[in-house]
Amino acid sequence: MFKRVLVANRGEIALRIVRACRELGIESIAVYSEADVDSMHVQLADEAVCIGPGPSKKSYLMADRIIAAAEITGAEAIHPGYGFLSENARFAQICTASGFTFIGPSAEIISMMGDKATARATALANGVPVTPGSEIMRDPDAALATAKQIGFPVMIKATAGGGGRGMRPCFHEADFINLFYAASNEALVAFGNGECYLEKLVINPHHVEFQVFGDSHGNFVHLWERDCSMQRRNQKIIEECPSPLLTPELRARMGDASVQLIRAINYQNAGTIEYLVDAAAENFYFMEMNTRIQVEHPITEEVMGCELIKEQISVAAGQALSHHVYKSSPRGHSIECRINAEDPYNNFAPSPGAIDLWYAPGGKGVRVDTHVYSGYTVPSHYDSLIAKLIVTGSTREIAVARMKRALGEFMIRGIKTTIPFQQEILAHPDFAAGTYDIGWVARFIEERKI
Amino acid sequence: MDIKDIRNIVELMNEHGLTLLDLSHKDFHLKLKKGSDLDNLRELLACLPAGGAAPALATGTPILAAAAPVAVLSVPAEPVGTEITSPMVGTFYSKNSPDAPPLVNVGDAIAVGQTLCIIEAMKVMNEIKAECSGIISAVVAEDGSPVQYGDVLFRVK
Repeated sequence: MFKRVLVANRGEIALRIVRACRELGIESIAVYSEADVDSMHVQLADEAVCIGPGPSKKSYLMADRIIAAAEITGAEAIHPGYGFLSENARFAQICTASGFTFIGPSAEIISMMGDKATARATALANGVPVTPGSEIMRDPDAALATAKQIGFPVMIKATAGGGGRGMRPCFHEADFINLFYAASNEALVAFGNGECYLEKLVINPHHVEFQVFGDSHGNFVHLWERDCSMQRRNQKIIEECPSPLLTPELRARMGDASVQLIRAINYQNAGTIEYLVDAAAENFYFMEMNTRIQVEHPITEEVMGCELIKEQISVAAGQALSHHVYKSSPRGHSIECRINAEDPYNNFAPSPGAIDLWYAPGGKGVRVDTHVYSGYTVPSHYDSLIAKLIVTGSTREIAVARMKRALGEFMIRGIKTTIPFQQEILAHPDFAAGTYDIGWVARFIEERKI
Repeated sequence: MDIKDIRNIVELMNEHGLTLLDLSHKDFHLKLKKGSDLDNLRELLACLPAGGAAPALATGTPILAAAAPVAVLSVPAEPVGTEITSPMVGTFYSKNSPDAPPLVNVGDAIAVGQTLCIIEAMKVMNEIKAECSGIISAVVAEDGSPVQYGDVLFRVK
């Protein structure tokens, strides 16, 4: 096991990793920018090294300074967290070449699954369904035949298209030829190229991702799913585990496909495979794989009773998957709200600044992962996530009631946060019913005229 | 050594304004410290946010521990003139090679572009060049010691 680990990140995840290290008896080294000198993870780590001024590209993205910090502090391993350099294959390679263990999969795996086209091809080659599509279709009749093969509804997409132009959704076979010409002509006029291809149209899909884990001893496992359909402009704001949509049968199919994929590519350490699931909960399609720990990992920890960050560290140190991870089983239901320093009633404008009152909720089944405290100033250089509020209950109803209660207790004064917006979502009957897809937030904002 | 001897030593310390005496003899070891213990204070302050549950580190004072913003933890010398700070993270060397003399000494005149020191990072020896001219009034960083971004290396008048 490592004696010293460097945490190459900031904010709440850096604190999360420092805490995991401390519980494992590992000394933690924080790296920080000048804007983060007062951050809680810097205060609580065993050692801290300043690596640059505020802007990320002059600090947290400077691989050479991070490696140098590891050198001068005698770190043995580097945990990249999420974002920043966590999915940067070159950084993983430099870590290894410099004699440090990168806590994550290998640089080759990061490269392979980071490229969308290669990832899709890898998934397909290993029996994981991807969104069916076609090559360029020049002949409308051939296109129709292909569309029937793919299965309606399909999206007719101009290859030169953009900004929503040259695209036509087609729901019925009878309309196909006309729509094909319409899309093609629009693209020809707008872009000088009328060539079109086809893609299966997943209506109001749900975003369901599977937590997976592999080790160097041939063990591969999935740890159930997280439903992350509550998104605003493709940014997740609320996640839950398990998904209210999945049937046990669909879960088994998706879980098996996920494990099959990571076993085939010998994926080691934590990862997440993201899928789209249709509203009928019948079909699922591979979207992409994230070769790192995710922001929303705590809801999996709470339901499956596992310690994911510690597991990342121990697997990186060469140990086999822990029994409690390998044999984990779900209990209860967990929901996470990402609390961002944004004003939800002003187009989610960022709201950095000084927090003069901070009271985080507590009580049974409430977990708050945050680096923020009363008197902290939220810097303007970084993403707006200031806290993750995670609640767990033995049933989904209890978890929903608990989240409403916890959001109501959370007091943050001095900046604007997304809490009131999340309260509105939690109070909505669609959330109680668990019937929301990835377009829900956009439609809600439109209706509410926020 | 009896109490009269110790009292004499204490008076001698006061007379000469000394704060620390560390005397090793074949029969005994005597250490007398006057005033606040900076090392202990530093550790205490570093532990405060964790509610006093300090990690027991056998390695002694962490050289790069995140400091609470307290003036007592900084180098006692009065800052004079411009500070030349480290633009990178690494190991500071005042010389080109172990046998060579220091690149600059206190009192030397420096010109823009002149190499002041070497900072080693990732097996690369980086020459740190002066961005101002003047006279070196202090060499703050220690030869062979680790430096982080922003650490003061030299003071220039």
